[in-house]
Amino acid sequence: MTSDSHALTTTEHSPVAGLAHDASGGISNPILGMLLFITSEVMFFAGLFAAYFASRAAVAPWPPAEFEHTLEPFSLVFPATVMLVISSVTCQIGVNAIRRDDRAGFVRAIGLTLILGIVFLLIQVYDYGLLYSEGLTVAAGPYGTTYYTLTGFHGAHVFGGVIMLAVILYRGMAGQFSSRHHDAVEATSIYWHFVDVVWIGLYTTLYWLR
Amino acid sequence: MATTAPALTPAASGYRSGLYEWLTTTDHKKIGILYVTNSFIFFFLGGLLALGVRTELAQPGLQFLADENLYNELFTMHGTVMIFLFIIPMLVGFGNYVVPLQIGAPDMAFPRINALSFWMLPLAGILLFLGFVTGGAAAAGWTSYSPLAQDRPLGSVGSGQDLWVVGLILIGTSSILGSINFLVTIFKMRAPGMTLFRMPILVWTVLVTSVLVLMATPVLTSALVMLFIDRNYGGSFFDPANGGNAVLWQNVFWFYSHPAVYIMVLPAMGMISEILPVFSRKPLFGYKAFVFATAGIGALGFSVWAHHMFTTGSVYLPFFSLMTFLIAVPTGVKMFNWIFTLFRGKLTFSTPLLFALGFLSMFLIGGINGAFSAAVPVDFALHDTYWVVAHLHYVLFGGSVFGVFAGVYFWFPKMTGRMLGEGLGKVQFVLMFIGFNLTFFPMHALGLAGMPRRIADYASDAGWNELNLAATVGGFLIAASVLPFLWNVFVSLRSGKPAGDDPWEGNTLEWATSSPPPPYNFDHLPEIRSERPVFDLRHGRAGSGH
Repeated sequence: MTSDSHALTTTEHSPVAGLAHDASGGISNPILGMLLFITSEVMFFAGLFAAYFASRAAVAPWPPAEFEHTLEPFSLVFPATVMLVISSVTCQIGVNAIRRDDRAGFVRAIGLTLILGIVFLLIQVYDYGLLYSEGLTVAAGPYGTTYYTLTGFHGAHVFGGVIMLAVILYRGMAGQFSSRHHDAVEATSIYWHFVDVVWIGLYTTLYWLR
Repeated sequence: MATTAPALTPAASGYRSGLYEWLTTTDHKKIGILYVTNSFIFFFLGGLLALGVRTELAQPGLQFLADENLYNELFTMHGTVMIFLFIIPMLVGFGNYVVPLQIGAPDMAFPRINALSFWMLPLAGILLFLGFVTGGAAAAGWTSYSPLAQDRPLGSVGSGQDLWVVGLILIGTSSILGSINFLVTIFKMRAPGMTLFRMPILVWTVLVTSVLVLMATPVLTSALVMLFIDRNYGGSFFDPANGGNAVLWQNVFWFYSHPAVYIMVLPAMGMISEILPVFSRKPLFGYKAFVFATAGIGALGFSVWAHHMFTTGSVYLPFFSLMTFLIAVPTGVKMFNWIFTLFRGKLTFSTPLLFALGFLSMFLIGGINGAFSAAVPVDFALHDTYWVVAHLHYVLFGGSVFGVFAGVYFWFPKMTGRMLGEGLGKVQFVLMFIGFNLTFFPMHALGLAGMPRRIADYASDAGWNELNLAATVGGFLIAASVLPFLWNVFVSLRSGKPAGDDPWEGNTLEWATSSPPPPYNFDHLPEIRSERPVFDLRHGRAGSGH
């Protein structure tokens, strides 16, 4: 083999194509990775939804009599839903900000997103407490088990998203992002939108479709 | 005005002491070797569990085991270990080592996640085996059906089952992260000139396998999570006594576990597809057909899961039977591609080719007995009998394991710089081939004679005695065949013949660098104009352009 120190081939193409700052075009490696990860998460929730619909089809009445009015669409979950949707908007505002190098705008928007996410979680936990006192527990038959499993794992994913938002907020405040280099922000925002979309699906299924 | 160029001082070698390097490496080659080594350790452990099963079954009567529950633990752990800690990670290990080299990349896309994926495995293995010392390992079969898998007193298994659930969730997560790594690597890090249809077939099979892992494994995770909630929080998913639905478990479980069987075999098929052309001195017959057949198997694999559940009465039988028969078509395409690769080739019967031929013949048998089971009335008679045990071992052992050993003999020189001994290799092949067939062929007859699976004991007048004894002898022969292999590895590592860059006159890029390759893989890549860039370099382009 030659001792040519010009790495690899005759063309000027980086073999690690796909890193954020590679100009070869197309989606970057970390963002492709996040999209694939979200695909796997969609399949995870698909399994849980399948179990929900199978349980729902096998148990009559659904909801069971004692829980007929426990899950009300305009209860505390309604403002929580609104907040989560708004947080997706603020998250996207943050992404757009860093795309034009507006670091201050980025920090404000992501900070707001983080707060909304945390409030969502707090409302969820409080709501769980209320539901428990009404008798809807994990062990309250299929209705309770499926409700808490679906919303609980969604909440866990929101918690993961909150951590990611906190990390990019910290890094943004430390000046680590620019318009040319902010893959972590794009990836986090994609994940956050996914979490929001899953919640819309859950809210519709559990509270409206019932 | 001349200026002195700065002296090119060699970078600090960054050499770290051996053990620390292996524990902290993010190099795909070392991680690949870690995967392969770890997988072999679990192969031996899983094999010992199988010997426990076979020893008990050699004769009617409960001779060796204290009770049937221990027997249940043995076959449960045997299946679990072989599937999740041996075959799947073993193939991932080969993929890890070979894929970046075959596409001309310096490493995987996410090297640190690669390391994380690996290290989750020994941890999960420990958790799984911990059950043996904390009051009983998982004992509900690797399929863990409810209500058996539920917590006592409704179900029948203790905390070992929870360790099993948690261990599998860890392994699943490791797999999913690995699949993301492979997909990004393959899509984004191919060397210039390597279009998708110039990729080696092994890379294609790893690609399709990774899609299966990505989409199917999370469904298993959801099932495991739901089982955990049932067992520990009074959940009502699967336990009928609690308002749950036992068939729901079967559906969610098999939705993963059927694609899983393709996860367990497609990369081995990819390895065979690398080996046959080299030892026939001919290109793979029907490259494009092979790619589409692989993709077809991957896609169809999602549509057949309920053929594991024909006898539940809850399945739309015609659909699942039809789709199961349909999968034989792309599989048959591949069979013909392999056969026509060999046909009129100049064959060299080295050990890799022997194991590849073993794969072809044994997988064919497994495919045929599987096609019988696809017929619903046949399955109604043979479900949960030893016929199924024969089938699964012919495709997984006769198929995947032989494929793995073919890969070991083929790529060991690249990984270590030394050749494995041919003599010992042939001894291993002969012993393993005979032992394998002696163990599993009689199980066809046992199944047809009605012997059920998962029983610790059987009536001495059922007529199953001789075949069980034969199968046990075969099992010990398989165990014996491992010894020349281990000796071969030990001796070859120390004093095997130096391999050089390209001991087999290979076709693909891994043979264009040293054995073992430098950390960054390539000093210089040959031009890539076909799926056989090293062949082209050696012989000049023969016009096989795609």
